[in-house]
Amino acid sequence: MLKSLKTVAALGALAAAGLAPVASASATLESVKEKGYVACGVSTGLPGFSNPDDKGQWSGLDVDVCRAVAAATLKDAGKVKFVPLTAKERFTALQSGEIDVLSRNTTWTLTRDASLGLNFTGVSYYDGQGFMVKKDLGVKSAKELDGASICIQSGTTSELNLADYFRANNMEYQPVVFDTSDSTAKGFDAGRCDVLTSDQSQLYALRVRLSKPDSAVVLPEVISKEPLGPVVRQGDDQWFNIVKWSLAAMINGEELGLTSGNINAQKASADPNVRRLLGIDGPKGKGLALDDDWSLRIIEQVGNYEEIFERNVGAESPLQIDRGLNALWNEGGILYAPPFR
Amino acid sequence: MISHDSNMIPAREPPATAVGVLAWGKNNLFANPLSALTTLLIAYGLYLLVPPLVQWAFIEATWFGTDSNACSSDGACWAFITARLDQFIYGFYPEEQQWRADLFFAQLVVLIAWLSFKATPGKKWVLGYSLVMMPVVSWFLLYGDLLGLEKVETHQWGGLMLTLLLALCGMIASLPFGVLLALGRRSNMPVIRSLCTGYIELWRGVPLITVLFMASVMLPLFVPEEVVFDKLLRALIGIILFQAAYMAEVVRGGLQAIPKGQFEAFNSLGLSYWQGMIMIILPQAMRLVIPGVVNTFIALFKDTSLVLVIGLFDLLAIIQAGLNDPAWLGNSIEGYLFAGLVFWVFCFGISKYSQRLEQQLHR
Repeated sequence: MLKSLKTVAALGALAAAGLAPVASASATLESVKEKGYVACGVSTGLPGFSNPDDKGQWSGLDVDVCRAVAAATLKDAGKVKFVPLTAKERFTALQSGEIDVLSRNTTWTLTRDASLGLNFTGVSYYDGQGFMVKKDLGVKSAKELDGASICIQSGTTSELNLADYFRANNMEYQPVVFDTSDSTAKGFDAGRCDVLTSDQSQLYALRVRLSKPDSAVVLPEVISKEPLGPVVRQGDDQWFNIVKWSLAAMINGEELGLTSGNINAQKASADPNVRRLLGIDGPKGKGLALDDDWSLRIIEQVGNYEEIFERNVGAESPLQIDRGLNALWNEGGILYAPPFR
Repeated sequence: MISHDSNMIPAREPPATAVGVLAWGKNNLFANPLSALTTLLIAYGLYLLVPPLVQWAFIEATWFGTDSNACSSDGACWAFITARLDQFIYGFYPEEQQWRADLFFAQLVVLIAWLSFKATPGKKWVLGYSLVMMPVVSWFLLYGDLLGLEKVETHQWGGLMLTLLLALCGMIASLPFGVLLALGRRSNMPVIRSLCTGYIELWRGVPLITVLFMASVMLPLFVPEEVVFDKLLRALIGIILFQAAYMAEVVRGGLQAIPKGQFEAFNSLGLSYWQGMIMIILPQAMRLVIPGVVNTFIALFKDTSLVLVIGLFDLLAIIQAGLNDPAWLGNSIEGYLFAGLVFWVFCFGISKYSQRLEQQLHR
């Protein structure tokens, strides 16, 4: 994500937070039902996370999170109004009530959570800064990068993280600075540097743009934490819960092996965990002020986490991102959702 | 006796080196050693540059396809443009409603053609319609929610349509404001004069990008949460207010060029201030400032692409969004070339139109 803009956004939003009216509690669900759509803030185009296709339909991982919220609250995953936002505008749009959910790969940080009048509802993608190198260098680990020339986008926190990492490991490097992520990739492609560094989700997208994508590899090291997730306004706990548990439903769906394909057959399942997730037994939808089928609809109309991951950024997409950290907790990753109980 | 042959010797052709292509070449390209050297260098440069460009842009290019995989790696991927052309023109405007956008384009073409040709009647009315009614009619045509037209919210507008709409509304609305401000700045009444001067200096002192950020980021915080002010409208108002200040200075230049005698003349004829201005001063002043006004319009047309920083999808922004589609990654050169070409065609068109207008008025 564009971190060069983060500081500006944070400052602007910080100033704004003082002025923003406090959202009246539990108003969002009613207003969503009244409007008939969920207003969802997305990026103006970020491969695999939110981008418009040839027909103007939005797709991506962040987009599917909003679809899930619409499926839960309005019974139709299609009832979403996507509002494209730049990094600078995103928090204001949420504070001013222009959007109901911000799903625009936004990193969860202390400042944002605590002082902008926002609540992060969970993590939909664990990102982190990584390195991409030319295959013929034969480098297997970032620790071997001493003395390398590194392509990087100027004014980003990636630049700071990089300096920290090399100092901590007592290594030297030669920065080659570019203005946009696109020109960074072009510079790497043209051989201006040995290594390119950026957030991992970006690295894969940039790799596709190389003239020979196979000639580069992404190293396993991740040198910063970038948990990305949907954000809501502070002060409306009911809506906060709905968004939080919509995400949890998709992750639990994967854990229990429920997919959009088999969910109707699974209704007859005897597994108490499955029955609770589908709203047949257990807490159902009452606590969230939704009907009992809300979670069933999410899986049916949008899919479980594995489905949306593979479709948008994983094996079924041009980006080919590995699950990595985003695998389930019992499959080697750290994706963990609280139980439906 | 020598017989006198009265026939003249037929005139001979001039030497081949004195006329035609050869002479032109000799005079212009190889007049002296330095120019010969320059010519050869340029020719060599073109030889290096043009064949690979043609090779890339035409011979090896891929014109149709559904994603980047369809494109050859050696040539341009124009398939990116052809596949998304509809989106570049209409943005996210619903497909079954696109006839409304077509009608908007057609209206523009008809009005401009009407005003360009000498023979067409009723120019005054057509001009009046263009300056006053057209922005309003266009807005309702595109927005709908009226007379049975389906409502198409502004966040679905985009592409070339949005670029043209922003530029046109900006141009048309800023002109009268600009004239009023210019008159105000030259007024004898101190309050009006200082207000107008203050306005002009304030807006000229701020970059357009700041105005747009203000409109999109700060303004929503000052109004109650229930009032959601349309983002496009906010940006448009910002552009108009900004542009009016520039227009005012251009018009003021024209006003200053009018000799003082003209003002004294209409005063002595007993015309009121407004009568004199409208009938005598402004018609002369506006004629003088056409190049300046057109210059401002061209700058505005290109400036509209700044709205991409507030998440509105004008032509440039929608091309950038297309570049981020995983199916089409890596086509940035083609995308930006296309955007550049479209902008150039429009700006060149405006410039040609203004030259024509000048010739007509100065005849």
